[in-house]
Amino acid sequence: MSDPHASSHPPATKDTHEVSAHGEHEHFDMHLGLYLGVGAFLLVATAVTVFLSYVDFGSQSRNVVIAMLVATVKVGFVGAIFMHLKGEKKTIWRPLFFTAFFVLGLFLLTLLHWYDPIATTVHAHH
Amino acid sequence: MEIPYTVTPRPDTGLANPKLGIWLFLASEVMLFGGLFSAYIFLRIGAEPGYWPHGLLNVPVGAMNTAILIASSVTVVLAWASLKMRKLSAYKLWMGISIICGAIFLIVKLAYEWPQKFEHFGAFIKKDALAKYEGYLGNDYIKEKNAKSGTAIESRVEISGHLHEVEMTYDPTVLEKIIADQHAALEKAQDRLKQLEASNTTKEFAAELSDVKKAIKETNERLANLPQLKLESFLNKHDLTAEPDAHDEKMLIAKGHHLTPGIAEHLEKLPGVKFHAFELGLDPINADPTNPESDKPHFLYKGPTEKPGRIEREDVDFYSAFAPKHSSYFAVYFTITGLHGLHVLAGVLIMIYFWLPIEGGTKMFRRNPEQLANRVEVVGLFWHFVDLVWIFVFPIFYLL
Repeated sequence: MSDPHASSHPPATKDTHEVSAHGEHEHFDMHLGLYLGVGAFLLVATAVTVFLSYVDFGSQSRNVVIAMLVATVKVGFVGAIFMHLKGEKKTIWRPLFFTAFFVLGLFLLTLLHWYDPIATTVHAHH
Repeated sequence: MEIPYTVTPRPDTGLANPKLGIWLFLASEVMLFGGLFSAYIFLRIGAEPGYWPHGLLNVPVGAMNTAILIASSVTVVLAWASLKMRKLSAYKLWMGISIICGAIFLIVKLAYEWPQKFEHFGAFIKKDALAKYEGYLGNDYIKEKNAKSGTAIESRVEISGHLHEVEMTYDPTVLEKIIADQHAALEKAQDRLKQLEASNTTKEFAAELSDVKKAIKETNERLANLPQLKLESFLNKHDLTAEPDAHDEKMLIAKGHHLTPGIAEHLEKLPGVKFHAFELGLDPINADPTNPESDKPHFLYKGPTEKPGRIEREDVDFYSAFAPKHSSYFAVYFTITGLHGLHVLAGVLIMIYFWLPIEGGTKMFRRNPEQLANRVEVVGLFWHFVDLVWIFVFPIFYLL
């Protein structure tokens, strides 16, 4: 996969990969088990999400928080393993930090509604 | 044009171009879906009690679709790893399974889940008439139960189910009058046209002349279309019947297999039609509202029952199918799952492209297997993102 020295290489021709590709076989065989394992974990986590939604944690908002936590763990595994973010280069991580920052900012904006509440809603207009 | 660095890393970024490209694209996608999810939060927090529905979606079907997407995420990674190991037949197998999974997801959505929604009838009851429908809503039961056992069951404002019949009256003279008015307008315009054409000062009236001609043309078109607004033609077109009520001769009972909420809305807009009541097969929650089992949504979805319910039109604030206009909930549900579905469709098409024995697909394997592997990695990253979005969509719409 990612070669730490790649940046020092000159722009290579199309065929350079042929040399290294065969040495990587074992590497990918090792990962197959990991991929299947993560897949199985995600399926179980889906069942857990469904189950937890029928458990009464005291209030609806607590149920929402718990479901979102489970979803975040699932998404973490998809990102880290399937999308290879674990061990990915800084060049990729950097824009993702910005994305996370701005998307969280976007969610925070919706909290501003506490200062400008909706007086009448939806069904009054028909 | 040859795109550089499709296989080897670009010296300054240390990455092959497609990979950096797809990640930047996914970053923008996060913002796109982030905007829609914050709209969801905003609408949900702002919803009045009872106006944010629960339990209207089929949880087992949603869970199955979630599992299908997760499985396809695994098989896409396996397809990519197979290419890295230079196993073409394994690649074809895993990629083929991924494509089938994506296709099943879309079929379930478009052929099963959505059409059901468009035939489901829901009527929001006016606030001052809620008490009248206590037998369908069970709000007294809810109030008592919440007070007694500290539960937080939301009050109910909607009666839903399968629309069977509409009680209505029909006054054919309304349409006759509209047609007569149009004929009168036409005659008047034609007279004026004759006058204008006979006069020697046509130039002076050039603007009016063209206006009158235009009005005649439009009125003729309107007159040609108006007969379609006759109750009879509408009923024939939609395979419906309207028989006089046995108890009340003035009342017509409109019914038929195709009487969906959408058709009912059109029917009500016909000139001279006045709705008096809806007859429906009630949803379980309205059929038996004081059953503790209806306190919370069920895991197994139960469709409308055969228990009849009657709602008077004047007590209904708003009625529609479970379509986007039904409520903020369905508006944001269809927006987000629709956009997500488009992403699934795009992913499936691209995967098919890389799977077919063409230049951009498996033929590339002999020429440059690493480039094909990179292509599959890129579509894989996109596909995992689509899966990742669904991991949030499933609980927020189906479960919570």
